[in-house]
Amino acid sequence: MSSKELDLKHVHDTEFPLPAEMQGNVAVTSLSRIYNWSRRSSMWPMLFGLACCAIEMIGTAASRFDLSRFGMEVMRATPRQSDLMIVSGTVTKKMIVPIVRLYNQMPEPKYILAMGACASGGGPFKEGYNVVSGIDKYLPVDVYVPGCPPTPQALLYGLIALQKKIDGQSLANLDDVPWYGVGPSEPAPIPILGPDIIDPRQMDLIRRQAELAARGEPTYVRELPPVVKKVKAVPSKVTKAAAAAPAEIAEDPRREEILKRRLAALARKRARDAAKAN
Amino acid sequence: MVDHAAEPVETLKTGTPEDAAAYLLEKFPGAVSADTRPGFQGVIVDPAKLVEVAQTIKDELGYDFLSSATAVDYLGYGDHLEMVYHAYRISGGTALNFKAQTDRENAKLPSLVGVWRGADFQEREAYDLYGIHFDGHPNLKRILLWEGFDGHPMRKDWKEAYYEDELKPFDSRWPDGGGVHRSEEKNVFGKNVRYPADFDLAKLTDISEESLYKMAGVDVEMHAMDDGVRTDTLVVNMGPHHPSTHGVFRMIISLNGESINTLEPVMGYLHRNHEKIGERNTYLMNMPYTDRLDYLSSMGNNLGYAIAVEQLMALGPRYSPPTYRAEVIRVLMAELTRIVNHLWSIGFLLNDLGAFFTPMLYANNEREKILDFFEAASGSRMMCNYMRFGGVFKDIPERIKSMATMVNDRVRDYDTMQFLSQMINERLPRFIDEYDRYLTENEILRERCIGVGVLPAEDAINLSAVGPLLRGSGVAYDVRRAEPYSIYPELDFDIVVGKNGDIFDRYAVRMQEMRESLRILRQILPRLEQTKGEPIVSGTQAYSPRVPPGESYGRVENPKGELGYYVVSYGDDKGTQNPWRYHVRAPSFINLTALGPMTRGMKIADVVTILGSIDIVLGETDR
Repeated sequence: MSSKELDLKHVHDTEFPLPAEMQGNVAVTSLSRIYNWSRRSSMWPMLFGLACCAIEMIGTAASRFDLSRFGMEVMRATPRQSDLMIVSGTVTKKMIVPIVRLYNQMPEPKYILAMGACASGGGPFKEGYNVVSGIDKYLPVDVYVPGCPPTPQALLYGLIALQKKIDGQSLANLDDVPWYGVGPSEPAPIPILGPDIIDPRQMDLIRRQAELAARGEPTYVRELPPVVKKVKAVPSKVTKAAAAAPAEIAEDPRREEILKRRLAALARKRARDAAKAN
Repeated sequence: MVDHAAEPVETLKTGTPEDAAAYLLEKFPGAVSADTRPGFQGVIVDPAKLVEVAQTIKDELGYDFLSSATAVDYLGYGDHLEMVYHAYRISGGTALNFKAQTDRENAKLPSLVGVWRGADFQEREAYDLYGIHFDGHPNLKRILLWEGFDGHPMRKDWKEAYYEDELKPFDSRWPDGGGVHRSEEKNVFGKNVRYPADFDLAKLTDISEESLYKMAGVDVEMHAMDDGVRTDTLVVNMGPHHPSTHGVFRMIISLNGESINTLEPVMGYLHRNHEKIGERNTYLMNMPYTDRLDYLSSMGNNLGYAIAVEQLMALGPRYSPPTYRAEVIRVLMAELTRIVNHLWSIGFLLNDLGAFFTPMLYANNEREKILDFFEAASGSRMMCNYMRFGGVFKDIPERIKSMATMVNDRVRDYDTMQFLSQMINERLPRFIDEYDRYLTENEILRERCIGVGVLPAEDAINLSAVGPLLRGSGVAYDVRRAEPYSIYPELDFDIVVGKNGDIFDRYAVRMQEMRESLRILRQILPRLEQTKGEPIVSGTQAYSPRVPPGESYGRVENPKGELGYYVVSYGDDKGTQNPWRYHVRAPSFINLTALGPMTRGMKIADVVTILGSIDIVLGETDR
């Protein structure tokens, strides 16, 4: 962690006035701020790669891009010690079972970053019979990073976006994130490998569909809404009137006065800048 | 005295595949027939005689190396499943291609594991994806999908949950683009799932795990070790999430003390259906998918696929071979890819040995420089999608300008030829020498690598091992010399071979192969200068070219070994726009056949090193 990170100004987060002689020694801040600041500055990812994106993830951790600038270089091979799961690659039906297990073993607070097109939504392999079209079908995702694979720069951007997200979380709002709430949160249900992957949350739906199938009624495929062709909008009387409106605004009687005030303010600013320069 | 009987046998062992086919037709009348479909080669063998014919092919005709064994579903064209085998001679030459057909109902064929052990995983894959039962296979169960999966998905009549249309581009996207919808909107579950019609949740049992442990023998069993200590079998599961399995690979190991009794590789955790998706794509659409097979060496994968489809296109009237400049650029890219891959592979082998990350960081530094060049040439660091049928996508640029790797907010800007020449003549040789000096004489590396994971030459050939794994065992087999492609015949380089077939030899082979690649690249540079400005593609480029009917097996020497593409164009006399079958013979996948035999009797601590020395990539293993 750089000395800049330790600067108390970063943590200081209140309107409370501090005497000048105490600045730099004392910081008055909120508990959320301290929590979030320490969490975002030591985000340990899990050492866990799935596919092509994992190579770029390693590239990000290696010398040229250097993940350690963000306090994230400590990749732990065990979920028990990690805060962040970077889902780096195609999630298959066979692999989703261990992934959900790993996620459940991670201590809270825990975050998921879906790296690349496959983890975000199936990517080029979406239609595949063994492919889960996006990790968010089973687990909550905090940040999506597009790309196939995302460049290390893109991954770094995603990680910084996650840091910003953590900065915004609040202890006061219990609904904000599960780990600031009361009591332990529910583990994610582990999918079952049957004739196809079975999501335990969909058991009822599967049962209903099986009953429909037993009665010989068409199932599984949902009718899509008819395709609505985009029709070029014909301007109505109201929109025509709205289009004509700017002319009236231009004739606002206060226009002259506002313009004069702004010019005066500009002149003052220029004078101030010139004085500063001298 | 000259033995007259021995002489014809010797000529048989060096004859062409046509001679071999003629010999088989003569020796097995009625059981062997020539494949007469237009564009197809080889012979069709009666399943009842398959093992006998295969034994003859191996022993009498000298085809000792089974490169590929895969299935094709001819639904609507004879309604049979066909198993296609490509056998080669280690001494070089073209393939002998033989096939066996079986009905789609109760598909059954004899197993060839007794002849070539390398058929083991490939037959399991055919069983998994096509449902062909192989009589006599020692361990016939699903390999890529899990036990209990419904159906055999590569069959033509098996439709996936997100099935939209037979061929791409889908009608919903074309021609007006107005009706685009996401596939999951159509599915009631909102997921890519499909359950059988008579599916009963009450009777659901998850047998995917328990079936894996069956082979390992989980029952407690007492052993007496050599020194009289009594132990019992311990079953250890490694993976699929493990930092040393190089991806989502899993091994189930049963141990006697610290020694390994059996090791069973479990894969399929990255099985993302390249082949099924590839059958609906047009030929060109598959090119970016090949990048994602062995994602460390995408350029090499592109080249193999381009060669396979070009072989098919050559059957048609309007084919012109790639231009000379295209071939030069292809070899440039392929050899740079080899260096990229070997740097990575050695870096991670050292990781597995416990030199955590430092060697890998050194290697990765150099790798990034080559990736800069790939990015400048193709637009992407890793997924290059660079080769085209009849050439390459674009000429190499005049200058390398990289916004992405700015230094002090300055765009780095080099002359490409200068960049390449500096990299090939100075930077990389210096680095490889330095790396060699740091590592090769290292005490720990030598102690842990020499004599560990030995694979004798005969076993390596029999197990269809390829690449540095095979060459490390002392077999000088390299597709660049055995069946030359592109401009390799005019280039001067040596095939690097090891001697003992242990981890250290594989490591040394890789180290030396990088130097040989540099030697090739030094010959490529003047050719690049000479051909400057010449066309990089031949003929007209089409987005969906019609490919004449037939089959082809295009193979290249990828960094990890022989990469083959078996492509079938079938079903339309005028030529097809989509492959009927697109199969990848992945070196990583088939090299894993050797993992079990290699680790038997070794210590558990050596498993990760032995696996690291095979150098697998899961994208290619599971496809």
